[in-house]
Amino acid sequence: MSTSSYAIRDSATMLRRQLLHIRRYPGMTFGVLLIPVFMLLIFRYVFGATLGAGIGARTGGYINYLTPGIIVLAVTSASVATAVSVNTDMTEGIINRFRTMPIARVSVLTGHVLGSVIQTLAAAVVITALAVAFGFRPAASPAGWLGAIALVALLSFACTWVSVALGLLAKNPESASNYPLPLALLPFLGSAFVPAAAMAPGLRWFSEYQPFTPIIDTLRSLLLGTPAGSKPLIACAWCAGLAVAGYLCARALFNRGATTARSR
Amino acid sequence: MTQQNQRLAVSASGLRKSFGSKIVLDGIGLAIAEGTIFALLGPNGAGKTTTVQILSTLIPADAGEVRVAGHDVRAEPDLVRAAIGVTGQFSAVDNLLTGTENLLLMADLSHTDRREGRRRAAELLETFELTDAAGKPAMTFSGGMRRRLDLAMTLMIRPRILFLDEPTAGLDPRSRRRMWQIVRDLVAAGTTVFLTTQYLEEADELADQIAVLDNGRLVAEGTADELKRLVPGGHVRLRFAGQEELAAAARVLAGASPDAEALTLRVPGDGSAKSLRVLLDQLEARSIEAATLTVHTPDLDDVFLALTGHSGPGNKGEPR
Repeated sequence: MSTSSYAIRDSATMLRRQLLHIRRYPGMTFGVLLIPVFMLLIFRYVFGATLGAGIGARTGGYINYLTPGIIVLAVTSASVATAVSVNTDMTEGIINRFRTMPIARVSVLTGHVLGSVIQTLAAAVVITALAVAFGFRPAASPAGWLGAIALVALLSFACTWVSVALGLLAKNPESASNYPLPLALLPFLGSAFVPAAAMAPGLRWFSEYQPFTPIIDTLRSLLLGTPAGSKPLIACAWCAGLAVAGYLCARALFNRGATTARSR
Repeated sequence: MTQQNQRLAVSASGLRKSFGSKIVLDGIGLAIAEGTIFALLGPNGAGKTTTVQILSTLIPADAGEVRVAGHDVRAEPDLVRAAIGVTGQFSAVDNLLTGTENLLLMADLSHTDRREGRRRAAELLETFELTDAAGKPAMTFSGGMRRRLDLAMTLMIRPRILFLDEPTAGLDPRSRRRMWQIVRDLVAAGTTVFLTTQYLEEADELADQIAVLDNGRLVAEGTADELKRLVPGGHVRLRFAGQEELAAAARVLAGASPDAEALTLRVPGDGSAKSLRVLLDQLEARSIEAATLTVHTPDLDDVFLALTGHSGPGNKGEPR
């Protein structure tokens, strides 16, 4: 009667539940898209010409530089939605139902994570298509495309585990929507819009060593077919680190979580 | 396991739990036979929900031994979970899923075969009169429908021991009676039911055994009748056509207390046939005619008042 043998089956069930949620509540997916699409439009049509000239954007203009950053922004803004949805789950009675059933406990969380990764990948596809419509001209080889998809999935997996932990940490859905904000802001302080070299000295140092700069740079290299150097390794290491840290925190918080919602 | 012959669905001894400095359960013992309905009766804040949470493996006890379905809740929680179903006072349905999807979710999580799951879901939707709403998201359900869906979800997993934490709180009288019938049918089919309630009437209607919980301690245990026997308070109420008869009867009957406005006379007594005959003979001898006679046996409200020193549960309003 080992429950671990059911871990995959239960996770698949929980994933189906998440996908039904996504289908039933499309507003959440639109919310995920809203900010990145808005940023794409602003930076393409308002600041694009100036920024492009400022950083000396080469082939294809500023939108080629911009799009990979916007895709990463979509991943981090999706994590806000994940934190809220995990927190809502925890504050409703259904989680206690799951806890009193002989199911693999972590499946509740893996369902959220996998659902969120799928939702994010879909959002990334929409954004890439929009960017192409606005003039983005990727030059990726088939291997480059695969690499880009894998990187976005890995980043989404990492950010989602972190935001699951944040969602579990938050007392209510309102604060759950605030906790991942630093995560959502980091790409702005990375190389999403301008290279680190173009920033003020202190910020430049921060930008060079924070996780999102190598991640965005790697995605950009993959999509534009330019050399990436050692950045893919650093990017993958950051993603793996964030994922493991997020997973461990989430698991600890979930197992600790004794029914605060219902014991009134 | 115990000295008793009957197998126990739930047994607990020395159960203790505090939250911070607040002692919620202060040494509780329970012994619930399989196939019976047990009611844990008490006011808000007495520790009922905490008891259910410990028995259903949601939270650990600070001290005490607890066995559910023959398994220690601390050592073998998954074996306990495989035997139980829990429906709490707070809705545990997935609001974004439809009625049917909620039930099928339970089927999948209990590793039930798909076809069997669909069959069982349809059957429960029918039983709980939810068939018409089966395709709508649960967030559109009324309170009573949501409660029924909640219980139906719990029954999808065919629990041997069912915990119902205030299953009828906030339901209208009709829904409450329907819920009672569902509980009776379940027990008739062999399920053990552990019920918490602050409604004395509910415990009286349903339970084989009742334990009264007050401030984290069990203050009384027994059947509804046994508990009622603990308190005096039985009386006969006579109503008369006019003040004259009332006054005359009040003079004749020992210990009677008249209520001139209602034209009634309250006479202490246990309501046995013999005592009623004596009473009526006394009136007959003086040609006093009573319009109506009602026998009042002590109800659980009287019991509760006598046992806890504060009146009817539910209005104590102590939050936990």
